[in-house]
Amino acid sequence: MDDWTVLLVDDEKEFASTLAERLNLRGLRCETAYSGEEAIEAMAKNPAQVVVLDLMMPGMSGLAVLEVLRQRHPDARIILLTGMGSVSDGVKGMKMGAFDYLMKPVEIDSLMQTIREAMQKQK
Amino acid sequence: MKSMEKLVSFLGRIVGNPEEIEGPKRYDVIRRNISILMLLITIIPLVSMALINYAQYQSTLRREIVEPMKVLVNKAKNSLELFLTNRLAILRFVASAYSYDELADEKNLQRIFRALRQEFEGFIDLGLIDPKGIQISYAGPYSLKGQDYSEQPWFEHVQVNGAYVSDVFLGFRKIPHIAIAVQHSDGSGRAPWIVRATIDTKRFDQIISSMGIQPECDAFITNKEGVLQTDSKFYGKVFDRPPGILPPLTYEPFVTERVDSNGNSVVVAYAYSNRSDFVLMFVKPTASVLRAWYTLKGELIFVFVIGVLVIVIAVLKLTSVMVNRMKISDERRELAFREMQHSHKLSSIGRLAAGVAHEINNPMAIVNEKAGLMRDLIELNPDFPQREKFLALIQAIVQAVDRCRTITHRLLGFARRMDVEIEVLNVNDVLTETVGFLEKEALHRNIKLTMNLAPDLPRISSDRGQLQQVFLNILNNAFAAVNDNGSVSVTTWDHDPDYIGVSIQDDGVGMSEDTMKHIFEPFFTTKKGTGTGLGLSITYGIVKKLGGDIAVKSKLGKGTRFVVYLPKRREKGGETSNG
Repeated sequence: MDDWTVLLVDDEKEFASTLAERLNLRGLRCETAYSGEEAIEAMAKNPAQVVVLDLMMPGMSGLAVLEVLRQRHPDARIILLTGMGSVSDGVKGMKMGAFDYLMKPVEIDSLMQTIREAMQKQK
Repeated sequence: MKSMEKLVSFLGRIVGNPEEIEGPKRYDVIRRNISILMLLITIIPLVSMALINYAQYQSTLRREIVEPMKVLVNKAKNSLELFLTNRLAILRFVASAYSYDELADEKNLQRIFRALRQEFEGFIDLGLIDPKGIQISYAGPYSLKGQDYSEQPWFEHVQVNGAYVSDVFLGFRKIPHIAIAVQHSDGSGRAPWIVRATIDTKRFDQIISSMGIQPECDAFITNKEGVLQTDSKFYGKVFDRPPGILPPLTYEPFVTERVDSNGNSVVVAYAYSNRSDFVLMFVKPTASVLRAWYTLKGELIFVFVIGVLVIVIAVLKLTSVMVNRMKISDERRELAFREMQHSHKLSSIGRLAAGVAHEINNPMAIVNEKAGLMRDLIELNPDFPQREKFLALIQAIVQAVDRCRTITHRLLGFARRMDVEIEVLNVNDVLTETVGFLEKEALHRNIKLTMNLAPDLPRISSDRGQLQQVFLNILNNAFAAVNDNGSVSVTTWDHDPDYIGVSIQDDGVGMSEDTMKHIFEPFFTTKKGTGTGLGLSITYGIVKKLGGDIAVKSKLGKGTRFVVYLPKRREKGGETSNG
């Protein structure tokens, strides 16, 4: 499990990099992508097992990215981050095959917990 | 038409332009203006009609009353003249049928006189007067032979005019009579002599009684000096001289109105005789003449007054109804406009708030993560200098971020209206549950909490959690408003076919008008420092989303009453999006 990679996709660079660093501190290998396109590219090069995907991004939307990733990387477990009040997008994502969704702002501990669950589910 | 417009604008200027007047006084002005205009428009024609009718009736009636009087008096005058002409003709016949000598013979004269008396009534005596004015012969009850008339005015008169009719006078037997005389010349060179007769005036009385006048009227004959020649009912006996009764001389019969010597207003019809000094007069009290007119006038005035009254009442009623309707529709329009404005304002504030919340959320998330990273790093390093202090500082940052998060969360909740989960529920139950949260506080502060829940309240389709939030928000406000020992009452009812009602009333500090205008706006708060100003705006949003309505009534120092109306049936296509 330790060799697994987590890809964190969020257009807010400071947020994504900081969160990635905190996840790294907690023993995960965490990469970042700052847009949907970047995320798809990164997955093509070096596929991650767990993707934490923000649904609200400029350019390619989170749900569009989800759709692409579900096709190209059916094994990858995708956790969605939804903005406040957009529960319906989360539900939609779940129906499209996402593993879970979390409401932003997210507590680091609950994110860790969900990632762990995703990893265990893999096996 | 033009003048009417001018009149209207003129009136408009007098009474003031209602458009320029604000508030309820405006409707009073409108009401007054319309009333005045309508009254003028209806009453002016009515008054003119009444006046024209009045004048016409009066003149017609007068003609109808006056003309017969004139005819009657003229007829009587003609009878009188006929009588006098006839008697003069008889004398002329006597004068020309007999010679002077035959008439001078008293025996002859007596015979002629007897024949006259037999054939013609009224002859009292007959005499022959020579050109010098000496009575030559006489037939009659007196002994007048040898009497000298040369100095008497009538003698001169008959010599000038050829005939003479005297005024009435009393003879020796105290019977009123008149003297008539004619002058005759036989063409034999003898100077013209005079035949004179006296006749009583019974015939005058007959003429007057033949007029057939009503009991309240009077008819009589006077001479041109106004001395009565026959008895009068009102103005005395023969030879009396009632003042002021004689009308001016006219050749035609005439009718005039005057005030008589008794002070009565009378209508006088009179005719001056052309052949004598007599004036025939017919007097009728004005009151009796115009009785018909007065009756008609009374009816006319009665109808007019009733008509005006009916018009005034109708106009006032109609105007009142009209202006009230106008007022109500104005108020409705204004209310609808204000509501629209209010919801528009709320929705634009909501969009703004959502935008702000989003924009703030992202940097807040960064602050949160940075602070989290700092904590992670410090916790991993046990030798970090002033470790505890920094951890406390980071904790403070995280808490502040949390507070921001609460605010933005609520803002978004207000703006976007969270998901709705509809179930069939009993609002009474929801209220009871919600009040349960506050029972401890009520007990602690000794607040009297009254529940007046309608037992037969129908179940409705709504969102339990959101209703709870609505009621909790309002109840929280109520609890904040009341003092310890205050009271809060919750009431439900079912009076409307489409809505059920819930009211939450407190006897707390209340609100000013100004506060009431703003209470549903986001960030408006009176709890400085402790409130977010979002509670009631969220409440408003939820109630609207649930298809209901919320109203508030409040008075400073008296308390506040919130009323929430919830639809019994949920409309399809309501706002359930959560985008």
